[in-house]
Amino acid sequence: MAFWNDRRTRGYLYQIAALGGVVLVGGILVSNTLDNLARQNIATGFGFLDREAGFGISEHLVDYSPADTYLRALCIGLLNTFRISAAGIVLCSLIGIVVGFARLAPNILVARLASVYVEITRNIPVLLQLFFWYAVVIQAFPPPAAAWEPITGVFLSNRGIAIPWPGLGAPVFEGFNFRGGAVLSPELSALLIGLSIYTSGFVAETVRGGILSVPKGQLEAARAVGLTRFQVLRFVTMPLALRAIVPPTTNQYLNLTKNSALAVAIGYPDFVSVANTTINQTGQAIEGVALIMAAYLTISLVISALMNWFNRHVALVGERS
Amino acid sequence: MTLKALWHGLFGTWYNAFLSLAVIWLLAVWLPPMFHWAILDAKIAPDPAACRASFGACWGFITEKHRLILFGAYPFDQHWRPLIASMLFVVLLATSCNPRFWHTSLALGWMLGLTVIFVLMHGGALGLSVVESAMWGGLPLTLILAVFGLALAFPIAVLLALGRRSHLPIIRALCVTFIELVRGVPLISLLFMASVMVPLFLPEGITVAKLVRAEIGLIIFAAAYSAESVRGGLQALNRGQEEAADALGLSYFHKTWYIVLPQALRIAIPSITNNFISTFKDTSLVVIIGMFDLLGALKAGLNDAQWRSFYAEGYLFVAAIYFVFTFSMSKYSQYLERDIARTAPKPS
Repeated sequence: MAFWNDRRTRGYLYQIAALGGVVLVGGILVSNTLDNLARQNIATGFGFLDREAGFGISEHLVDYSPADTYLRALCIGLLNTFRISAAGIVLCSLIGIVVGFARLAPNILVARLASVYVEITRNIPVLLQLFFWYAVVIQAFPPPAAAWEPITGVFLSNRGIAIPWPGLGAPVFEGFNFRGGAVLSPELSALLIGLSIYTSGFVAETVRGGILSVPKGQLEAARAVGLTRFQVLRFVTMPLALRAIVPPTTNQYLNLTKNSALAVAIGYPDFVSVANTTINQTGQAIEGVALIMAAYLTISLVISALMNWFNRHVALVGERS
Repeated sequence: MTLKALWHGLFGTWYNAFLSLAVIWLLAVWLPPMFHWAILDAKIAPDPAACRASFGACWGFITEKHRLILFGAYPFDQHWRPLIASMLFVVLLATSCNPRFWHTSLALGWMLGLTVIFVLMHGGALGLSVVESAMWGGLPLTLILAVFGLALAFPIAVLLALGRRSHLPIIRALCVTFIELVRGVPLISLLFMASVMVPLFLPEGITVAKLVRAEIGLIIFAAAYSAESVRGGLQALNRGQEEAADALGLSYFHKTWYIVLPQALRIAIPSITNNFISTFKDTSLVVIIGMFDLLGALKAGLNDAQWRSFYAEGYLFVAAIYFVFTFSMSKYSQYLERDIARTAPKPS
């Protein structure tokens, strides 16, 4: 047999060819890019991070002024991404669990209403929903003086949403704006409402799927030994269903975090938005995109790790590894 | 369902009855005003002053702007071209839904159809005037981005999925890196990358239209996600099939092309349909890099100061168009899943 017909030789050849192709294409792109950058007088590297940013950021959890560096601006953006992701994950889980259970309710009206909610939220692009909620907050919510108070202490107005917060107390309307409590800007409010509602439809479906995945015999056995309905739910359905719910829900949390990058479309200064401004000002496109990718990959890994830990915690004893 | 079962389902127990009454009360409070707003008090004439005077919906905004929303900045007197292109897309998609047409001739039909669509939109042949892609907009742009995006991503996805399951470590590593890297970042960062970095990648003097750059970003994204769907199909395939092919002495290419892919792709179709739904929704992100797809064209319409306050009507109209496409595709994917589960050969 000729050596080129040998399986292993061929394997090596294919791999060398693939690697060579990738290196070649990469090399051409890099050399083109270096040429283009040299022509535009843009220095490569991350040196720009120490320079003065010079642009304002409307929302910052820690001190920031335009005189700060790009590095600090990007950190502010990252904190904003964390804030919207964390709040969105909590809210979408709450809505999703309620709607997921409602879809399985024996009451036909409730189940139908829940499935209409799921179909509408899942089938309309998230960006459209964000634009819609932003327009609602800006245009349909009343001015702060006449803010709606659907729940005591929670105020909805076209300046955003004011809620009570531990350590900050309850919001009170004073002069021209709210004092005390936590005030979510209109951008953050729209983003939070839009992302949570969009993702809650998907979470509801995973909750429903998880509960349906519990074998019927388990429930019948639990009822037969005399557990009450609540006990069956607490000690049989939930532990079994959680195992089926956690992995797909992790994906939904990751999707929500990635979708939070749409903040750039309505002007909430999340990481992508700040990085985009940085790219436009400095021309450091490659570094900027690399930073975005690194940041999101890190967030994805952290969320996956947390959810894996939780998944091990809820897994059946025999399946723990 | 019998009336008795319905009655039991609604009022069988005291808490069920309570829930039913609560829902009925909510509907009774909400539906009549909605009905009044959307239909009875609505204004259809494109007159913003009359709309402002009324409490009802202002469908006049749609009457006035529907051509802009549906076709974007495409030259007004040429709107029949994007209209026919959109209808062709719908015909192609609907035909592809029927498993009876799943033959090579369908692929040929798609190639022909997409060529006709391109000629219609771009012109420059058959006496049609040239319309640059920067002028394309509205529904046809959304359909072009989604359909071309997934069609071009699909072959890449199959290669990536096969590569990820390959025994050759370097090829596997390359595929895994690509898939996980792309799936780990938001689509919008890929679109930014495509719009700012593609020009940097190319040698001096070569420029690429914005549409093509956005499409490249979408293709990269769709390829990584579809690769995982295809991989699901490959994994679900009974191992005996591959072993039998090996035993017959088929080469890797023959085994993959004639034995593995036809069966694995069939299993993966519902999942790929779901990818298409996601891609279809995701095309709306091109608004952010300044293109006028369905959503972008609506935003352009809402920039008109005298119509700005009728955003709800506009978003409802566009949401309804998206919904018709995504909802019917998701129902179809659910039907396929059941159908494939029913007709699949049982594992022995």
